[in-house]
Amino acid sequence: MTHALSPLARERRAYRRSRARRSTLVALLSTVVVAAAIGVAVTQSPGWPRVQVTFLDPASAWRSLPTVLEGLWLNVRVLVVAELGILVLGLLIAVLRTLRGPVFFPVRALATGYVDLFRGIPLLIALYLIGFGLPALRLQGIPTDTAVLGCVALILVYSAYVAEVFRAGIESVHPSQRAAARSLGLTHRQSMRLVVLPQAVRRVLPPLLNDFVALQKDCGLISVLGAVDAIRAAQIDAARTFNFTPYVVAGLLFVLLAIPTGRIADAVAARAARRQGAQ
Amino acid sequence: MKEQQAELVLDVRGLVKRYGTTTVLDGIDIAVGAHQVVTVIGASGSGKSTLLRCVDLLDEVDDGQILLDGVDISDPRADAAAAQRRMAIVFQAFNLFPHMTAVDNISLAPRVVHKVDPGEAHEKALDLLHRVGLDGFADAYPDRLSGGQQQRVAIARALAVRPRLLLLDEITSALDPELVGEVLAIVKEVARGGMTILMATHEMGFAKQVSDQVVFLDEGKVCESGPPERVLGDPTHPRTRQFLARVIAAGWLT
Ligand SMILES: Nc1ncnc2c1ncn2[C@@H]1O[C@H](COP(=O)(O)OP(=O)(O)OP(=O)(O)O)[C@@H](O)[C@H]1O
Ligand SMILES: [Mg+2]
Repeated sequence: MTHALSPLARERRAYRRSRARRSTLVALLSTVVVAAAIGVAVTQSPGWPRVQVTFLDPASAWRSLPTVLEGLWLNVRVLVVAELGILVLGLLIAVLRTLRGPVFFPVRALATGYVDLFRGIPLLIALYLIGFGLPALRLQGIPTDTAVLGCVALILVYSAYVAEVFRAGIESVHPSQRAAARSLGLTHRQSMRLVVLPQAVRRVLPPLLNDFVALQKDCGLISVLGAVDAIRAAQIDAARTFNFTPYVVAGLLFVLLAIPTGRIADAVAARAARRQGAQ
Repeated sequence: MKEQQAELVLDVRGLVKRYGTTTVLDGIDIAVGAHQVVTVIGASGSGKSTLLRCVDLLDEVDDGQILLDGVDISDPRADAAAAQRRMAIVFQAFNLFPHMTAVDNISLAPRVVHKVDPGEAHEKALDLLHRVGLDGFADAYPDRLSGGQQQRVAIARALAVRPRLLLLDEITSALDPELVGEVLAIVKEVARGGMTILMATHEMGFAKQVSDQVVFLDEGKVCESGPPERVLGDPTHPRTRQFLARVIAAGWLT
């Protein structure tokens, strides 16, 4: 790391640094100008005082924060459980869809039907059907907790998407890799588990994380079943005080929750791109 | 020729392979005796890779038989996986597993297919890496290795399963000229060690040095076959002469 630099290299490095500083400065300046313009446009609008009172009331925000946070904790728990369920079910369905041979025809057909059904159905309708329909059957052992039912609906719908992501990954692994595995005497299952899936999962990690971000906010939809999550808590507070600020609080908290995941997704995608470039 | 009669490891009889309407292999007969090296030569597209893939049961044959130690392994009732376990193939494009280190690539099949103890498989893999001159590369991933190094790992991976028959498919044709030598030296070593080998190559000089028999493939048929000195040095068939003249012009007969 302690190479003596030639004057030429030193001069070039200095030039690159000055260019980088200039770029940062320009970016900063243009951001400030745009932000100021938007700020002025919004605060000069005729309805602004009204909006400020009903949507951005600091007192209301402060008062609703504890209950909304408590609700968010439910969202986070649902998110974690749902995500795990989705990954397992999605992977399973993707693998079932790649099975060859006539014996597996019904399995393949079922898996395909599952994907068609749950990828097509709007999440809200799935939530209603499972959240209200399932308990109405009054069967033994069916959960009645709305958060659990919401979680089930999320898993069913999202695993259909995630299965397709996994399947695309599996099919993107070149057939020569399968041939190499088979020529070594590995069975279909062994080649899938040891050779194809590890490569496939690596490749689909960025789109998977993107689906995870989408799931994060869709977790808020379980509020339609009556589960007291962040959105429901905000709704209760808003209905009591006729002030919409708690919704803004809940919205901001969801955004805060999504930012780290988004950054991780970016980093993973960048790493994947670098790897591709290296090959 | 005498011991070839005595013990045939591989006996290909009237092999036919079609892709759609084109017949790539049109009745091939090839026999490989124990500890023999048989080399298949022929123009690009003459079906050398297809032949090797059929022998390794990676492609289904349309007609004919493939006998491994006298057992017809091309029979759909035969245990293909068991037959594949007794052969190993090295591909033109290496096909190492990119998510595994060199040593894991080599020890995978011994571990999961042949149920060798993981520690022992690892030791054996390190041994093999040493044999192919790659000490110190055990934990390198394939994308960090040069083409020649990757191909040497691929050879080690094939040898790790102690195959009865080793198939080599133009293992140097994806390599820069200066990397070819290091790979061929290893094959020579393996051949001298008594391995039974069926290989396809464009390296005529190498074929001459290691082969017991050379088979010239043309238009899906065996056009000419025999000892390397005769097929490469004094071919009788005009197609063979034509092919060799082209190869010499391209500088491959060294
Ligand atoms: N999967 C496939 N589907 C259709 N045609 C194929 C397939 N594989 C090979 N072929 C055709 O079979 C013929 C023989 O191919 P093959 O790869 O065996 O040739 P080769 O002798 O190994 O050539 P090279 O020296 O270039 O490697 C070619 O005409 C090729 O186009
Ligand atoms: Mg080929």
